[in-house]
Amino acid sequence: MIAIIDYGAGNLFSVKNALDFLGFENKITASADDLRAADRLILPGVGAFPDAMRMLGESGLIGVIKEEVQKKPLLGICLGMQMLFEKGYEFKETEGLGLIKGSVKLMKPDDLPVPHIGWNSLELNEKCPLLEKEGEYVYFVHSFAADCPSENVAAYCDYGMKVPALVFSGNVYGAQFHPEKSGETGLNILRRFNAL
Amino acid sequence: MLAKRIIPCLDVRNGKVVKGVNFEGVKDVGDPVELAIEYNRQGADELVFYDITASYEGRGVMLDVVKRTAQNVFVPLCVGGGISSVEDFRDTLRAGADKVSVNSQAVKNPKLISDAAEIFGSQCVVVGIDAKRDGKGGFTVYINGGRVDMKLDLGEWVREIEERGAGEICLNSIDTDGVRGGFDIEMLNFVCERVNIPVIASGGCGSINHFSEVFEKTNSSAALAASLFHFGELTVGEVKEYLSERNIPVRTV
Repeated sequence: MIAIIDYGAGNLFSVKNALDFLGFENKITASADDLRAADRLILPGVGAFPDAMRMLGESGLIGVIKEEVQKKPLLGICLGMQMLFEKGYEFKETEGLGLIKGSVKLMKPDDLPVPHIGWNSLELNEKCPLLEKEGEYVYFVHSFAADCPSENVAAYCDYGMKVPALVFSGNVYGAQFHPEKSGETGLNILRRFNAL
Repeated sequence: MLAKRIIPCLDVRNGKVVKGVNFEGVKDVGDPVELAIEYNRQGADELVFYDITASYEGRGVMLDVVKRTAQNVFVPLCVGGGISSVEDFRDTLRAGADKVSVNSQAVKNPKLISDAAEIFGSQCVVVGIDAKRDGKGGFTVYINGGRVDMKLDLGEWVREIEERGAGEICLNSIDTDGVRGGFDIEMLNFVCERVNIPVIASGGCGSINHFSEVFEKTNSSAALAASLFHFGELTVGEVKEYLSERNIPVRTV
């Protein structure tokens, strides 16, 4: 079972729709027992970093998440990916989960609008089991981006700057884009996550 | 590299797909969910459902269409038509839409743009505009399906839309809509020069070369078409292959 972590932020149903479509057993949940019983975890998120970290803190799930990722894969999506890092700088400096080295900063692409909205292509960096092909397009909607060591970046995309698009460290994976809105490419990433 | 998007638009009335030509003469055709699945298969980058149902009951039917589409199609889904409040935004997003498009109501109540952007985020607020040449070298904004001239200057309106936090503008030219002679390059450039948010070109596409023309001659981020795809004259895949051959970045599936 895949536990979709419900801490009050974000659109959980599009992730659930995609997992249901793929036939993967899943549950939207805020229960620590469910997170312990799950084979895999997904941390979604839409909104702002400080609010989301506050809500995740209030849910009392941070400790369980940190324990469980020692044993099972976790995929953070969009803001959920950003929260995997040590720090975020949206509005103010906020502590993240610290599962991947690095921080999250406002994007400053040359001559391009922020937010970065649309389909952008992935440029493979470090080999990662979630990705196979070079140049596949996935769907992005974000204004902040990770600043992290290249060794944790499975793929970048080019948006007037190199944007970490898929990151990983041990069992922890993070997609800056939305696999649940990235057509067949996104569904394939979810299939590979389910096969980890 | 960011891809130029190709967006099929489906006009929906009482849960069925229709297409008006110049906003008149509507034909009833098919099931929007089936059509959405087909467009997704062809490689549509996004889908737009435009609800032309006027009744309260019709809205429920539309939300059900959105819900069923979101269970089967995994690309961004934008829903417009009859959106007049933050509650309408909420219901539509909850049903599974990723973006909500407002048009007439945004002109009547511009605060709706800023309220929705603040609550749900700019990325899901699309402002649709119907505009027309004013005969004096400028353009003015119309509402109610292009029937009422608001005497509102297009340049002023797009700047206000951006300031209020909209994520995108979908610009429909009444002058070219339904004529099939190509997108309104002049009007699109007028808007693209004035805002920094993505502009979606709408109205007038009649053949495959109009897609390359709009991306070569304007900074539009996306091109929207309805009947061309709806009546099977072109597939999204054919358009993308054509654009790709002309070195316009597109997502191929």
